[in-house]
Amino acid sequence: MVPTLEVQNLRVHFMLDEGVVRAVDGVTFSVRDGKTLGIVGESGSGKSVIGQSILRIVPPPGRIVEGKILLRMENEDGTKGRLDLAQLDPNSRQARSIRGRDVAMIFQEPMNSFSPLHTVGNQIIEALRLHSDVSKNEARNRAIEMLGKVGIPRPEHRIEAYPHQLSGGMRQRAMIAMALVCNPRVLIADEPTTALDVTIQAQIVELLKQLQEEFGMAILFISHNLGVVAEISHDVLVVYFGRVMEQAPVDVLFREPLHPYTRALLKSVPGIDTPVRSKLATIDGTIPEPSELIPGCPFFGRCDQCGGDSVCQDTPYVLTKVAENHSVACPLVCVAG
Amino acid sequence: MSEAQVLLEVKDLKKHFPIHRGVFKKVVGHVKAVDGVSFRLRAGETLGLVGESGCGKTTVGRMIMGAYRPTSGNVWFQPPNGQPRIDLADIRPKQMKPLRRHIQMVFQDPFASLNPRMTVRQILAEPLVVNKVAKGRELEARVRELVELVGLKLIHLNRYPHAFSGGQRQRISIARAMALYPCVIVADEPTSALDVSVQAQIVNLSLEIQDKIGVAYLFISHDLGLVRHFSKKIVLMYVGRVVEYAPAEPLFARPRHPYTEALMSNVPSTRPEMVGHKIILEGDPADPINPPSGCPFHPRCLYAEEMCATVEPPLMEVEPEHLVACHFADVLNLTGCDALGCAV
Ligand SMILES: Nc1ncnc2c1ncn2[C@@H]1O[C@H](COP(=O)(O)OP(=O)(O)OP(=O)(O)O)[C@@H](O)[C@H]1O
Ligand SMILES: Nc1ncnc2c1ncn2[C@@H]1O[C@H](COP(=O)(O)OP(=O)(O)OP(=O)(O)O)[C@@H](O)[C@H]1O
Ligand SMILES: [Mg+2]
Ligand SMILES: [Mg+2]
Repeated sequence: MVPTLEVQNLRVHFMLDEGVVRAVDGVTFSVRDGKTLGIVGESGSGKSVIGQSILRIVPPPGRIVEGKILLRMENEDGTKGRLDLAQLDPNSRQARSIRGRDVAMIFQEPMNSFSPLHTVGNQIIEALRLHSDVSKNEARNRAIEMLGKVGIPRPEHRIEAYPHQLSGGMRQRAMIAMALVCNPRVLIADEPTTALDVTIQAQIVELLKQLQEEFGMAILFISHNLGVVAEISHDVLVVYFGRVMEQAPVDVLFREPLHPYTRALLKSVPGIDTPVRSKLATIDGTIPEPSELIPGCPFFGRCDQCGGDSVCQDTPYVLTKVAENHSVACPLVCVAG
Repeated sequence: MSEAQVLLEVKDLKKHFPIHRGVFKKVVGHVKAVDGVSFRLRAGETLGLVGESGCGKTTVGRMIMGAYRPTSGNVWFQPPNGQPRIDLADIRPKQMKPLRRHIQMVFQDPFASLNPRMTVRQILAEPLVVNKVAKGRELEARVRELVELVGLKLIHLNRYPHAFSGGQRQRISIARAMALYPCVIVADEPTSALDVSVQAQIVNLSLEIQDKIGVAYLFISHDLGLVRHFSKKIVLMYVGRVVEYAPAEPLFARPRHPYTEALMSNVPSTRPEMVGHKIILEGDPADPINPPSGCPFHPRCLYAEEMCATVEPPLMEVEPEHLVACHFADVLNLTGCDALGCAV
């Protein structure tokens, strides 16, 4: 079957005075109905920009300079086709109708996605009425129902609250409700559970799984919380410096990660066996400036495996398939090994 | 060994926000955001503050910062210069001003807390200039030191916050909070916007600074793995109240409150073999506008009995320094946490 969403060789660049920031630099992946693709990677690796590109809301001076974003469409006459969102005029009616209805996003910054001037309820109702033909009353009931589903106590009262009157976690849940209320086919969840306690987190993960089962929604789940990614994803994409370093089914990625970058990420989280107050494993250095041009492995210099191996510095970046559904972009694994 | 000095003593702290309705803005009820919270924070220590989203953690932090005036209760603060302690709950803004530099906050939301019109250099220099700590070349040196401290680069100094990713912005706000070497930092979910490698750096850095200059942290977090790694003692809140308050080790080994057990069972892990049975909390999260009678957790508690609906359990010491508000703390044999984080 055709994937719900397929991204091919996506490049998104920001043209800044100091140089071209290659926020996303040749990323390819796809997700199918009812599946969740987890996206992990350090801060600044391009995860949010991937999400923004799909919705076509990359802020200027950012621009999609190459690639395809193919969304499977069911036309009204029953024919099927694929629409390349990368070719769409972001301000067109078509783009606006796709945003929210077909593809919805839970944003990383809850404060920025609600207007402080209107109640949370009105904003959800508005979003719903924009995309579907429902009466005000019906929309209100749907909004209350959705707020309840994401675990907001007494939603019929909270619907009147302004964003600043909600706790951080409640705002986040309200935003999740807003994204889900139109029943999108593709949900981009950018750090959706960071401000939530673990019981609510578990509840949201359950809710997403349940909606996925019911409606076959495809989910891109961006998160720093590797535990949550492990619990919700079917496959995981590890990005770094705007590129995919490893992609694998979830159990393979967490049990037998191949890329030294993936391993380093996993090691930096304290586990039950980590001695209290001990120094946690870190990754030396920082992600290179995205305006730098790096032909070889972008993890070169920070990697604890390559030890200055010239194969790492010289081999051009390429993502190599090492097993069914498992790809790695490490010269040591793919070229030398 | 004598225990370190108590820097902060929070006593029966309450914050009730009025709810207004109608054109005349009549007060029709209150959000009991914080409803009787007590704890102590000692010099150089970390106290973890954990609890359901909306249970009042940020509100506690804001009262300590003097940003909200408590409805009742005290926030005793011991200034570092040996002056008598001061109740921050009962203080005029003018008196608060000189104390501000000793207590700093790192916020949950790095997007809302940085001035978009200031460069990183200006953001970091501001507290140093306002408090007349440094100027000229020394100021620039301090600013550079701070930037490097949190893993950013010197070329970032001239950029504005919007040009950074979420994690980078949080590093800036951490650097700003550290600028004056305060004695208390209220860190509200300081690393939840950070990736795991920066989180590890910030954790190492915070521990290092703590060892070096003895800053005390009130560490608000949902990440029990981090809380365990960091904290000497932990306070668990549920709808504005403390349900358990204990040293970290015995707490994780054997929680005494059913809510703590539920939290621990839900910690996500990359090791599926470690994840035991998740306790799904039935029913609605407690509502601070109209909290349940008796024990506030009783409608969702797996072990609740009749008396729990009517009698509020007091916070009692079940073992030295281990306080619990549960009628059955002694008889229940609850399960601790085996599945924190990852291991590769
Ligand atoms: N509006 C913008 N202007 C200039 N550069 C930008 C802009 N938005 C993002 N970038 C740059 O693009 C790169 C990728 O940023 P992005 O926000 O996608 O990172 P991320 O992986 O989502 O990080 P985080 O985990 O911190 O949210 C970063 O180097 C960032 O500085
Ligand atoms: N300014 C305000 N006006 C009215 N109610 C408020 C205000 N600030 C907070 N509240 C309410 O007080 C309660 C506690 O909020 P608080 O932000 O302290 O929670 P929290 O424990 O920090 O939650 P989270 O983990 O989600 O950040 C919530 O019910 C919230 O809606
Ligand atoms: Mg992001
Ligand atoms: Mg909070």
